[in-house]
Amino acid sequence: MSTVTPEAAPDAEALQAQFDDVIARNERIEPRDWMPDGYRATLVRQIAQHAHSEIIGMQPEGNWITRAPSLRRKAILLAKVQDEAGHGLYLYSATETLGTSRDELTEKLLSGAQKYSSIFNYPTLSYADVGTIGWLVDGAAICNQVPLCRTSYGPYGRAMIRICKEESFHQRQGYELLMTMMQGTDAQREMVQESVDRFWWPALMMFGPPDADSPNTARSMAWGIKRNTNDDLRQRFVDMTVPQAQVLGVTLPDPQLRWNEERGAHDFGEPDWEEFMRVVKGNGPCNAQRVAHRRRAWEDGAWVREAATAYAARSAVLGASREGEER
Amino acid sequence: MSEIRAEWPLYEVFVRGKRGLNHVHVGSLHAADPETAVRNARDVYTRRNEGVSIWVVRSADITASSPDEKDPMFAPSGDKVYRHPTFYEIPDTVPHM
Repeated sequence: MSTVTPEAAPDAEALQAQFDDVIARNERIEPRDWMPDGYRATLVRQIAQHAHSEIIGMQPEGNWITRAPSLRRKAILLAKVQDEAGHGLYLYSATETLGTSRDELTEKLLSGAQKYSSIFNYPTLSYADVGTIGWLVDGAAICNQVPLCRTSYGPYGRAMIRICKEESFHQRQGYELLMTMMQGTDAQREMVQESVDRFWWPALMMFGPPDADSPNTARSMAWGIKRNTNDDLRQRFVDMTVPQAQVLGVTLPDPQLRWNEERGAHDFGEPDWEEFMRVVKGNGPCNAQRVAHRRRAWEDGAWVREAATAYAARSAVLGASREGEER
Repeated sequence: MSEIRAEWPLYEVFVRGKRGLNHVHVGSLHAADPETAVRNARDVYTRRNEGVSIWVVRSADITASSPDEKDPMFAPSGDKVYRHPTFYEIPDTVPHM
């Protein structure tokens, strides 16, 4: 994009004041606005992490596409995994408006320089996991993402609005899948419970470390990038999920989970933060497998990208010479 | 063959939601050429009947006003209140106005 540049560039202080003013008025920062380096870097880190999560998140569920129990379930799962790809692309586009290239993002995912949500490093061992991911993992994602529709960076907020509209389908299909299984045999009910037992704590970890250990939260909130703290969102998720679990007829694997009348909220246990850090640092059950799979897909697709580029270059040459003849 | 390794160009995508509405900017994507950009845009931006028509344009081909959206360029329209119908006081007794 080229720009008609103004004649005199304002000084740094004026730029900072303008930026602060936009944030204070709760308006949106747009790609070509001046922004502090820290704001830009924080956004790149957060949006890229989110985009990578969508892309890597295709794998655990993709694992069950060929083994879905009916054509209906297979069509649903295909649509859902395709949505994850779409969400990744919306978010990569938003990251690129901050001056990062797509290739750079891909490289940083493959090299581990940028992270993705630790939840996708857990395996999907049974078909019930497809339902549990929809219900708990996408449910937690929705809790995180709905406030981000109001984030201060325009392209990020717009991507989140599109994503949130589609996530609701993800969560509902998961819950409906689990409800269907709960109406089935004892073995199916056990399969659901076992799956919920495995995913409950990792789902709680999706909100990130406790506020006391999340040093960047205050700054992100001052900038309007984040709208709620990790612990607030985690609490909201627990309160939403408990009645859903009751209707479903499953137990959430936390002996400390109980309603606190005084607080008007549920008390619940502490996730294993050592496990969280282990998985974030690359030592979860599937970290190596996930990145290796993404790398293989990227490398195996190289010839397609090259062929399309060669075709486009050739078409442009042919088109130009044809235009010449017509003159 | 270094040019073949280069990243595909970026396209901005505009979708007409239904007949009678403008095309509206919805986002961007990379594609090797305009035809594949349109096809990819269908998959990325219209999976749920969001559109009946798609435009794509190379991002590099867009010329924009200066980044500051409070630019003096837009100031001249600010003080011309007489361009708005509410500027004119007409008695309530005058019908159809």
